[in-house]
Amino acid sequence: MAGWAFHKGLAVALPRDNVDTDQLIPARFMSVPRSAGYGDYLLHDLRRDEDGALHPDFPLNRHPAASILVAGRNFGSGSSREAAVYALVDAGFRAVIAPSFGDIFAGNAVNNGLLPARVSPEDAAALTQALHGATAEATVDLETGEIMLGDLHVDFSLDDSWRTKLINGWDDIDLTRQHSDAIARFREGRRQVAPWAWPAAEA
Amino acid sequence: MSAPATLLDKLWADHEVLRRDDGTSLLWVDRHLVHEGSHHAFAKLSARGLPVAQPDLTFAVVDHYAPTRNRDRLDDPQIARMIHTLQDNARAHGLRLFDLHDPNQGIVHVIGPEQGLTLPGLLINCGDSHTSTHGAFGALAFGIGATEVAHVLATQTIWQKKPAAMRIRVEGALCEGVTAKDIALNWIARLGADGARGHAVEYAGSAIRGLSMEGRMTLCNLSIEGGARFGMVAPDDTTFAYVKDRPFAPKGADRDAALEAWSMLVSDPEAEFDREVMIEAGEIAPTVTWGTSPEQALPVDATVPDPARLPSEKAETARAALDYMGLQPGRPIAGTPVDQVFIGSCTNGRIEDLRAAAAVLAGRRARVPGMVSPGSMLVKKQAEEEGLDRVFTAAGLDWVGAGCSMCVGMNGDLVASGQRCASSTNRNFRGRQGRGARTHLMSPAMVAAAAVTGEITDVRALLAGRAA
Repeated sequence: MAGWAFHKGLAVALPRDNVDTDQLIPARFMSVPRSAGYGDYLLHDLRRDEDGALHPDFPLNRHPAASILVAGRNFGSGSSREAAVYALVDAGFRAVIAPSFGDIFAGNAVNNGLLPARVSPEDAAALTQALHGATAEATVDLETGEIMLGDLHVDFSLDDSWRTKLINGWDDIDLTRQHSDAIARFREGRRQVAPWAWPAAEA
Repeated sequence: MSAPATLLDKLWADHEVLRRDDGTSLLWVDRHLVHEGSHHAFAKLSARGLPVAQPDLTFAVVDHYAPTRNRDRLDDPQIARMIHTLQDNARAHGLRLFDLHDPNQGIVHVIGPEQGLTLPGLLINCGDSHTSTHGAFGALAFGIGATEVAHVLATQTIWQKKPAAMRIRVEGALCEGVTAKDIALNWIARLGADGARGHAVEYAGSAIRGLSMEGRMTLCNLSIEGGARFGMVAPDDTTFAYVKDRPFAPKGADRDAALEAWSMLVSDPEAEFDREVMIEAGEIAPTVTWGTSPEQALPVDATVPDPARLPSEKAETARAALDYMGLQPGRPIAGTPVDQVFIGSCTNGRIEDLRAAAAVLAGRRARVPGMVSPGSMLVKKQAEEEGLDRVFTAAGLDWVGAGCSMCVGMNGDLVASGQRCASSTNRNFRGRQGRGARTHLMSPAMVAAAAVTGEITDVRALLAGRAA
């Protein structure tokens, strides 16, 4: 996965709280292989009517080129389904800006190069208001932790280890395999100290 | 003498392989549970040509897509493909699979404990947010995404920053008709669906000590609905008795050593928590959700909130929720007609849940259709031995097989658009039980009460003269 440090793109607002994973991608689409692409399923039931036609007024439908999403609190709460992140990434998003995120969603986002940028509720409201239902060009700088949208300059918080990971595009499996000796030592130690931690033979 | 430590501190230290300079820990994983939804992770593994690092610590189960009826024929090609993919992956990697026709099959968070795979002192991962359930045993258990599932498969470890420690104390005795589900919905309504974000919650206090393992599992299960990836209860004699003689649990000398280690798994008296919350058990009423987030919950004898009277930051969300749910502000939530009921799920699909529902339904008829799906085939068997299935079927409810079923609808058990369902599940999200479905979360006994009257009902009125 390629890392990134700076992004310039169109921002769009979805000013709702608790946009949960079941809204981000309804469960019925989750058996699709990733290679098939998840972008069309993003917020499917909010974006489309029962016949599958797009609601013309829904913000993401009016502005399909947007790559930065400004949302309400507790974005991505709910399930661990990484497909919620795949849907955002495959629809072209690089960053979601919100006052808070579901913990599992935020970790999944970083693992897929999507920035979960946490801002104050006031700043989220200010960004939403500045967009007033349209899009505007915005920039996100991972190094400085700053979002710029017109005259607005907003700081976002992000765990340092996540910042580093997003910038370098690191893959955890490759990193961890460098520690395989330490892991093997730990496993042997645990077997000695806590043999009960291994499953008993099935009766 | 080391510094006073929380249960979280102790469990974390026991599993920490190393810690990077940025504070992220590499943790050893004792149990990794996978299901049909883990297909993305297996695909990542095979793309790299990697084996499963510890097949002996990895267990697979068919649950999310498991049909609850007509299991001999997988008519839906999508469901068949999901189940066959898991079967293929389990075979290829030599994993013990609790397959669709295994007599021990069931929801991953029900069978883990049932089989003795879940133990105090373990670190348990699963690609499912309700993995917090297993924390009820004093384990470090948390849900992970597909990239992390692939990482655990490949390395038997996981990178994780230690969360902040939060303690929720529930003191005193619960009132009749009030259950672990009500404790959970109560604190989530009070603190918000993101109230415990970034925290591991330890539940403590006399009301928690008084809960059965089933109740503790319900409580820990719902931690994620309040934003906490981890929920836990310090193990005690209730825990040790539950674990004893389970198929994969330690026996003989291993059990003796385990009991000694497990008895240390308590927060030290002087240990400091980043956040403490205190709840009086006696103040908790049977609780029901009215909106589309678990935080939108209230006592069953309360009225639906009026957005006009809410603070502005909550008003718009409440208005949208009421619109989706088809409810009028300011009206009592009790008396709201329901179209159907569902009892089951990893939250409330265990034997105690079925007993509580049957205690309300015995000798009564359901006014609306509904389904009872036990959390596992072993729960099903036990319920049938106790005659609970006959209570449900005599009431007019369907008694079906085990799986995630109507909690998430992946197996085709769906609530139709616009229909209102009283449900013992964990999420009242828009579309969770099916597009346009209206879900009211409540305890199994409350679901049973709704079945009997055809409307949201205070179960206490139906318990008079009955043992719950």
